[in-house]
Amino acid sequence: MADFEVPELKEYPVIPHLKEGVMAHSKPFIAKEQFQEQLGFPGELVDDWEQIAIDKMGELKGKYRSLQVFLDSCVKCGACTDKCHYYLGTTDPKNMPVARQDLFRQVYRRYYTLAGKYFPKLVGAKDMTREVLDDWYSYFHQCSQCRRCSVYCPYGIDTAEISMAAREVMDAVGVGQKYCNEIIGKVFKIGNNLGLPEPALADTLEGLEEEVYEDTGVKVLFPLDVKGADILLVTPSADFFAEPHVDGLIGYGKVFHEAGASWTISSHASEAANFGMFIGSYENMRNVSLRIREAALDLGVKRIVFGECGHAWRVAYSFLNTLAGPFDFLDPDYPIPQHICEYTYDLIQKGKLKLDKSENDHMVLTFHDSCNVARASRMGDKPGGQFEIPRAIIKAACNNFHDMPDWGIKEGTYCCGGGGGLLTDDLMEIRVKGALPRMEGLKQVVEEYGVTHMAAICAICKSQFAKVLPYYGFTMDQIVSVHQLVSQAIVLTPGEDEGETNDEPAAGSEDAAES
Amino acid sequence: MTFLTVVYALLFYFAFAVLVGGVGYRIWLYARTPSPLKIPTTPAPVTRSGVALRMLKEVTIFESLFKSNKWIWLFGWMFHAALFVILLRHFRYFQDPVWSWVSLVQPFGKYAAFAMLAGLGGLWARRVLVDRVKYISAPSDHLMLALLLAIGASGASMTFVSHTDIVGVKAFFLGLMRFDWQVIPTQPLLLLHITLVALLMIIFPFSKLLHAPGVFFSPTRNQVDNPREKRHVADWALKLEADRSK
Ligand code: SF4
Ligand code: SF4
Repeated sequence: MADFEVPELKEYPVIPHLKEGVMAHSKPFIAKEQFQEQLGFPGELVDDWEQIAIDKMGELKGKYRSLQVFLDSCVKCGACTDKCHYYLGTTDPKNMPVARQDLFRQVYRRYYTLAGKYFPKLVGAKDMTREVLDDWYSYFHQCSQCRRCSVYCPYGIDTAEISMAAREVMDAVGVGQKYCNEIIGKVFKIGNNLGLPEPALADTLEGLEEEVYEDTGVKVLFPLDVKGADILLVTPSADFFAEPHVDGLIGYGKVFHEAGASWTISSHASEAANFGMFIGSYENMRNVSLRIREAALDLGVKRIVFGECGHAWRVAYSFLNTLAGPFDFLDPDYPIPQHICEYTYDLIQKGKLKLDKSENDHMVLTFHDSCNVARASRMGDKPGGQFEIPRAIIKAACNNFHDMPDWGIKEGTYCCGGGGGLLTDDLMEIRVKGALPRMEGLKQVVEEYGVTHMAAICAICKSQFAKVLPYYGFTMDQIVSVHQLVSQAIVLTPGEDEGETNDEPAAGSEDAAES
Repeated sequence: MTFLTVVYALLFYFAFAVLVGGVGYRIWLYARTPSPLKIPTTPAPVTRSGVALRMLKEVTIFESLFKSNKWIWLFGWMFHAALFVILLRHFRYFQDPVWSWVSLVQPFGKYAAFAMLAGLGGLWARRVLVDRVKYISAPSDHLMLALLLAIGASGASMTFVSHTDIVGVKAFFLGLMRFDWQVIPTQPLLLLHITLVALLMIIFPFSKLLHAPGVFFSPTRNQVDNPREKRHVADWALKLEADRSK
């Protein structure tokens, strides 16, 4: 199946001995000129790139306190060395968070510190050379910016911040990554990562309405560009077509239906993902975010709800207000923006959803905390709500749930291996190897509790697992969406002339319709 | 006034100026650099006081380090806690009369030297024996440990091996502080000890010891998790707002 060795699953992650350079060959395709230029980056490696890179580094450390403080503060204690799934899966020492940072720090020290200027050997400082750039291109594209290392560092040093900066410097000298940069271009041109134009989107949503009607006999709407709707749903474009994502989207539709909500999707902002974050570009991230503001204003909605996607939720929760706010035209009674899990959880709390758990009895579930949700965002109003709320939803929709072992859940969760702009076929090897610790956690609950399915709330996780699970002897359909579970369990309230195929009309349907 | 006295007096004025000026500059730099985005590592406190508590736990019990590696935590914490007590004990060389709690600390400070040396030894052993930590160590990382060990060992020797003229030492440092120089005692151990201390003070602002002020400025630890409630925009980012259509 693979032209590389798939690591062997152990009981729990074992810290491997170092094998230098084993992943140096892993590089994503380079972005072509046209894709570079549409984002405002040079098309290819510029002359005098060394100086431009050094200057860009100086500019970034002046703009980001995180970068400046993180570059100065590391004591090389080694506490983070065994925390990265890519190191555990590949054994390449440059995938240890501190060593990854040092690829950047060695240049910083050389040009921006006294010690590095006068005693480079002593402090491990290096000139900006082609060799360094090549290392950057390899290893900063073997970081999914999952922030696991930042949890364990005594100073909170977040390698993701450094990866982002390094990628921005690389873009500035003309060596961008194809996957991310091409996708950002599509978002600007067409509105979403997949390049689905408005008519195709309208078709897809119509198809979904028919499908749900055939299945349930209830007319659940999937509205597009409805002016004056209350809620704008922004969701990753994967939700519009692929399994298991689309099952999640059907779930959101059914939840909105039961809540009696007026909602819509926008063809202008038909994408929640924001790859601007992956390449560390504030400007691009901001431009992608502004589409959502424009869509909300054009459609005149009162609320914005985000679908299941990890990094999209990070950008939405942590950055949207900053990048595209203030959102004073929205209804302040609800969180701005709100996560679909918060929305559904709220309805469950208020008893407004009828869920028949037995519909999911053919599955035993576990939950994968997606890294960006777990370590970079929140749900609800208490710290840790992002752990509790999705689990509460799963438990409300299913009878059988077991958590994976403590070493790999909640803030210590292991990344799926495909985040941070690595979800591309050219990086299959690092994706498979990086998934190792998560697979070890899964294996444990499969063996102990007979877990059959893993639920997730991130489009990247779901795509990544669908591809990677088979390498470890699981099947691709073992990854499911949380709202897919809701979708299966939910008891729909039929409209007046519907519901013939529903043998059991829902109780409590009246107050559900009122809300 | 001996020649040595003049040399050491000037050395300490210089070292003090570098330490205060250098660290002060770094703090000013960190404080001045904007953090344009909210990036606290969650689960993060949602209030200012929660952040203060989180920070307090980080700098007193090394909470994150405890989660990550018990050995590094043990040696690291032992070293830092002992160093802290020892520093408090050293107050007595800079005060007259000595505050009563400084006197109380004395016996603890004496024996803390062993904890400090043991902690440093443990950290150094990891750096040599654990292949991952060895890989990330630069020569300066070893030298820093050597310097701290030498400071600790020379200091402890003056308490436990060969006593020094502490009255003379105190007179010298009080004299420095009052700009009324006093003759420095000339025991070799003492001179070694204070030379290394001066060296450490000079290196401090140019080394990884900047983690000490740095930890307080780390956005992943010191930010309040409230981005939805409060808009957070850096000055340089505000300039981008001008081009916004609506
Ligand atoms: S952010 Fe995640 S992927 Fe990147 S170095 Fe840290 S642990 Fe590894
Ligand atoms: S845990 Fe933090 S301080 Fe320690 S080596 Fe890693 S990045 Fe550096």
